[in-house]
Amino acid sequence: MITEDPKHQDIHEYLAEFEDIPGTRVYTAARARKGYHMNQFAMSLMKDENRARFKADERAYLDEWPLNEEQKEALLARDYNRCLDLGGNVYFLAKLFSTDGIPFAEAVSTMTDMSFPEYREMMMNGGRSPEGVRSIRANAASSGETNEGAR
Amino acid sequence: MARITAGVASSHVPLLGVASDFDKDRDDYFGPIFAGYDWTREWEKAEKPDVIILVYNDHASAFDMKIIPTFAIGCGERYKSADEGWGPRPVPDVEGHPDLAWHIAQSLVLDEFDMTIINEMDVDHGLTVPLSMMFGKPDAWPCKVVPLAVNVVTYPPPSGNRCWALGEAIAKAVDSFPEDLNVQIWGTGGMSHQLQGPRAGLINKEWDNMFLDGLIGDSDHLRRIPHIEYLRETGSEGIEMVMWLVMRGALGKKTRALHRHYHVPCSNTAIGHMVLRPDNGEGLDMTGSETVSAIAAE
Repeated sequence: MITEDPKHQDIHEYLAEFEDIPGTRVYTAARARKGYHMNQFAMSLMKDENRARFKADERAYLDEWPLNEEQKEALLARDYNRCLDLGGNVYFLAKLFSTDGIPFAEAVSTMTDMSFPEYREMMMNGGRSPEGVRSIRANAASSGETNEGAR
Repeated sequence: MARITAGVASSHVPLLGVASDFDKDRDDYFGPIFAGYDWTREWEKAEKPDVIILVYNDHASAFDMKIIPTFAIGCGERYKSADEGWGPRPVPDVEGHPDLAWHIAQSLVLDEFDMTIINEMDVDHGLTVPLSMMFGKPDAWPCKVVPLAVNVVTYPPPSGNRCWALGEAIAKAVDSFPEDLNVQIWGTGGMSHQLQGPRAGLINKEWDNMFLDGLIGDSDHLRRIPHIEYLRETGSEGIEMVMWLVMRGALGKKTRALHRHYHVPCSNTAIGHMVLRPDNGEGLDMTGSETVSAIAAE
């Protein structure tokens, strides 16, 4: 006997909550659609001959893909936060990290406000605490309370 | 009759595969991580499972954005290690169990889980890293594997509740397979980690340990955790833990823990590992060897 107990969840409320997490881009269908070709481009770098062609002339290789100019520039600049905004997903972008020959954690650190050594140090010390980075709304409310208290 | 005799949970960080492949698994950084699997390696030698149902996710290796199955079951004869961008891991091919896999697939569809069937694919670190952690570096894996891939990349992934129910349906399917097989189910991925954005590097030891506690005993509260809680509390990639709930669901009403390990960090991730025995009066303990009993008694 399967003990499932389905509860309906409203898709609009479900998605709206994702926008409330600080410093996080949840890979929703909207992002997946926007970044489809960006992620498929990254996927193509799993093949050695494609990596070689990309490295020889990045711009020319990107021009073969139906990407918009903003996406191409973000990729050329290795601006990974921008890539996430434009629909990139980190597991796909990871193919670019390995094409560049940089460790996964180093690429991840470029999305934070820390250098790689600082980021590594934070991880060795137990990682980033969830305190204060759970909810944009909750942060705004508590800073409001602090201001109230100060007045 | 086939039966599920144990459940194993483990993170599947790709760097662990690198550490194993390049013999760095006992250095200062990786030593404490691998040490937590020593007990399990001895225990697996005594248990001698015939088949592992291995719940994992593909990381843009076998599946790209063209096709996104929510639940997919591997029914093929064998699977090769995927080239994830720097050459395939030098590990043995993974041998499937098409008879059991097809039996489970058919049974799940009748139970209203509309599975995707995979006959050919390569398997990435999500599947091969847990095999390395549990079995080390053998010339051939000591058992067959039924891969069960879950989408935890593109939102929405399946709910924790649905994963738990899938586990229950898998257990029912295994029970009705006529051949006498010792089957384990493994749930992989997690624990807390965030690989993207300014909040990257998030780790939540307290929450992770609450989750580990929740896998033991007869409570099923973990299945009600909504996606937003995983995201807020355990980072954007912590959602992989829903795959542990497929494993937990397959163990029935009650479990007891045989082994538990938790370590921070491995690269960007908190490592969690647990070995569970279903505890519903089945008497499924396969551990006959004195070595293992001695370790277990410690």
